[in-house]
Amino acid sequence: MAPLRRKVLRDLVRLWAQALAIALVLAAGVATLVLGNGAASSLTDTRERYYETYRFADVFADVKRAPLALMAEIRGIDGVLSAAARIVKLGLLDLPDMAEPGTIMLVSLPEGGSGALNRLHLKAGRMPDPQSLHEVVVSEGFAAAHRLRPGAALGVVMNGQRRDLVITGIALSPEFIYALGPGEMMPDPRRFGIAWLPRASLAAAYDLEGAFSNVVLKLAPGASADRVIDKLDHMLAPYGGAGATGRADQVSHAFLDAELKQLDAMVKVLPPIFLLIAAMLVNMTLSRLVTLEREQIGLLKAIGYSSRAIGQHYVEFVLAIAILGIGLGSLVGAWLGAGLAGLYARFFSFPFLVFTRDPQIYVIAALITAGAAVTGALWSVRTIAALPPAVAMAPPAPPVYRARLRSIRHLLALRQTGVMVARHLFRWPMRTVSGVFGVAMSVAVLVASLWSFGSIDHMIDVTFSRSERHDAMVVFGTAEPMRAVYDAARLPGVMQAETFRSIPARISHKALSRRVSVMGRPETPQLSRVLAPDLRPMAMPEAGLLLSEALAETLRARPGDRVTVEFLDGARRSVSLPVSGISLGYVGLGAAMELSALNRVAGEGPVISGVTLMLDETQKAAFYAAAKAAPGTGFVTVTALTVARFRETLAENITIMITVFVGLASIIAIGVVYNFARIALSEQGRELASLRVLGFTRAEVSGIVLRELAAIVLLAQPLGWLIGYGIAVGMVAAFSSDLYRVPFVIGREVYATASLVVCAAALASALSIRGRINNLDMIEVLKTRE
Amino acid sequence: MAPDPTPVFRAKGLTKVYRSGAQEVHALRGVDFTARQGEFIVILGPSGSGKSTFLNIVGGLDTASAGQAWFGQDELTAMDERGLTRYRRNHVGFVFQFYNLVPSLTARENVALVTEIAPRPMPVEKALALVGLSERADHFPAQLSGGEQQRVAIARAIAKNPEVLLCDEPTGALDSATGIRVLEALTEVNRSVGATTLVITHNAAIREIADRVLRFADGRIVEETVNTLRKAPSEVSW
Repeated sequence: MAPLRRKVLRDLVRLWAQALAIALVLAAGVATLVLGNGAASSLTDTRERYYETYRFADVFADVKRAPLALMAEIRGIDGVLSAAARIVKLGLLDLPDMAEPGTIMLVSLPEGGSGALNRLHLKAGRMPDPQSLHEVVVSEGFAAAHRLRPGAALGVVMNGQRRDLVITGIALSPEFIYALGPGEMMPDPRRFGIAWLPRASLAAAYDLEGAFSNVVLKLAPGASADRVIDKLDHMLAPYGGAGATGRADQVSHAFLDAELKQLDAMVKVLPPIFLLIAAMLVNMTLSRLVTLEREQIGLLKAIGYSSRAIGQHYVEFVLAIAILGIGLGSLVGAWLGAGLAGLYARFFSFPFLVFTRDPQIYVIAALITAGAAVTGALWSVRTIAALPPAVAMAPPAPPVYRARLRSIRHLLALRQTGVMVARHLFRWPMRTVSGVFGVAMSVAVLVASLWSFGSIDHMIDVTFSRSERHDAMVVFGTAEPMRAVYDAARLPGVMQAETFRSIPARISHKALSRRVSVMGRPETPQLSRVLAPDLRPMAMPEAGLLLSEALAETLRARPGDRVTVEFLDGARRSVSLPVSGISLGYVGLGAAMELSALNRVAGEGPVISGVTLMLDETQKAAFYAAAKAAPGTGFVTVTALTVARFRETLAENITIMITVFVGLASIIAIGVVYNFARIALSEQGRELASLRVLGFTRAEVSGIVLRELAAIVLLAQPLGWLIGYGIAVGMVAAFSSDLYRVPFVIGREVYATASLVVCAAALASALSIRGRINNLDMIEVLKTRE
Repeated sequence: MAPDPTPVFRAKGLTKVYRSGAQEVHALRGVDFTARQGEFIVILGPSGSGKSTFLNIVGGLDTASAGQAWFGQDELTAMDERGLTRYRRNHVGFVFQFYNLVPSLTARENVALVTEIAPRPMPVEKALALVGLSERADHFPAQLSGGEQQRVAIARAIAKNPEVLLCDEPTGALDSATGIRVLEALTEVNRSVGATTLVITHNAAIREIADRVLRFADGRIVEETVNTLRKAPSEVSW
């Protein structure tokens, strides 16, 4: 082995702790890069393959009741490859193991063999007999939550009639990868499932013989979805079409998109931070190494090694660290990737998960990482090239210190050791700034990740204790006359009932439009309130619309603007309404107005879509049973269960998330502080040993290095908060979608936690070098010139 | 010099053995030694004769393998690390061959470094005046010549009003003229502060400025000479 290469290995062994600290930061960059890109491509690939294999539709439309004969016309729309008429209805679960209300989505089985759309992936059992009226296939998550196997019975209230079905099989569908129940915030496979029945069976139950209530289309490649949707809406309008949507608005697809968006944000934010800091650390450490080995460099040059060969030697040293980082990062990235895949498996129902082991991801990560490390080394290598051998072999010129900041010194009443700390920090301003920046980024990573938990808490608090204050909501299968509220109020346990109306509509402003449900509420609602951005409840306008912030932004509409509301139900009127206010809303897009005004502008009589209720806690069970049995009930949501499920899901992830982010931030803090401390010690070891000789105690001497580190860490805190705040703001923007927007609430506890974690990591790192300070050789230092 | 000189230092059978691997190196082989208050002692001897080891042990920088050493009534060889630190801090001034100044502190600040932690220091200005460096007080070490740096080191050593002043090759890195300036500073300080002064040197010419000269060889004191007549540093030459 060439002697210089042997030196690389020996240097690595000698400086193993510093090398490892840098390698860990690099590894964090590689891991997040591999994880983020791997998970994103894994999710995308899995979804793509799933969609393709099971022929997931491109356009979806609900309709009240359209004759099957219409299908020929629909198939004739330009750009439609195939179309399937379906019956899709909501039923109520009636299971012995579940007192609380649950909903089941009833979907007619895909017909047409391999050409069918949204085909099922059968996991167990068999498909129902097409002629059977009671055979059913259920979704896997739901079956698992209730331990249902083929052969088990399933009680379902369909169209007000209780039916006993028999499960013949368990299946998955590309349509319900993310199976979110109506009115829910998180998938809950216990209270929401999907059941596929033969078309005849559903047609009989819902009186839809020769008709359909839902149509899905597969488009020819290159066909314009918007144009097809327009034509389809036109055709379905006379039959109560509620407006067709493309994949982007299909719930399951949209949630996956949101997840991909988050991964994308992670890949854009985290790896660059780690790689930048690693480059900084490489630069810091290598500069010091080159300074220490100055005479050796001069000697090597004097005996004939080229600058290039010596430069290459140091680059090799850095590359060796990079390789260690890449290796570690790839392993951890793959391991975390498998963990994330596990999380996906829990959240999303896929028949298979393509976890990408695409070598390209690793190769790209490795190249970027090695590039970052070598970039960090370039400065030092240039110094080497510029150093003439004769100069290199002479001892370096002593560092020039300057007496400045006298006023600060007096202000802080610094003793001489304090002056030493301050001057040393000012002597190498770039290194000091790098150290501060590195620690600041560690704080920033935590601030930028921890804020979300508080924000979600805030979102739950605002949504459920200020806005949706009801205990339960009963949504009718179809609009009912106003008096239905009295029937609801008479249900056992109901203490207060409030009506609401919900009409699907397309709201447009200029060229922008969105399909939403316009909510009608009493003038001053008590149980289900609409809040202004300042959280004050808003009165329902008589003559205008309240738009949620998200909708207003999407439509670029402001109070006073007029929007066109095209109702997609009943008389299907199209009216122009003024925007009379902007309301707060975190979930979905919302529009609201006073109930009777809504019915009036929509051309409807005094009807309601459902009621929100306040319940007597002690009579819950009786209420559940009665609500389930009430003939008009479409589905029932229970606020407490929704919130509990939401919190439960968060709790499952919060520990993992916090562990990962605290781990990542600690790696930065430890890496930066440890390297900084080692360099400070290497530069000042002689002075510190001299101080020990002069009678300074161990504590006083380590105090000098620790104070230098403390200055770095403390200066980094406010900067870290600021950068973290900036990243968080960017993430809020990146995360918000039509489905939800996360409120940006960042409390003092976020900054405090971030700082505490970073300070603890820094302290541990700093204390780890205290042994070195305590064992400084006092005698050695007296006998040698620096 | 005090009329009834009491021993500041006593050492009895002082032995130091370094182990490196299986090898044992005897740096000191039973040194007996006494020094009176205010005495100026020059220690001579070739490299490896044990003189530095001896100075390090009586200076509280190193521990003995066997034997005893006392500073006044306190047994140095019985002290722990903490006790030795306190001893160095309160009683000992050191001057080294390579000055060991803190490069980030000015001359004044280097002296103040010690006065801040000493129990009965002299004013920083006075210490610098004693070594003739009042004019250069605000210069950093890098802006001072070798001789000036060494005089700052002496000022720093005496500023705590030490009972003992230990100097290991204080002129080793200096030319003759500068060395003499440094020795003048040392003798002046010895006289005015009354600190017992031990100076290690390779330079036999310096012997003439001492009260007493010890010669080390092979870990022992092999020769002890008392000068009845001390020369001034300016009278010696090398």
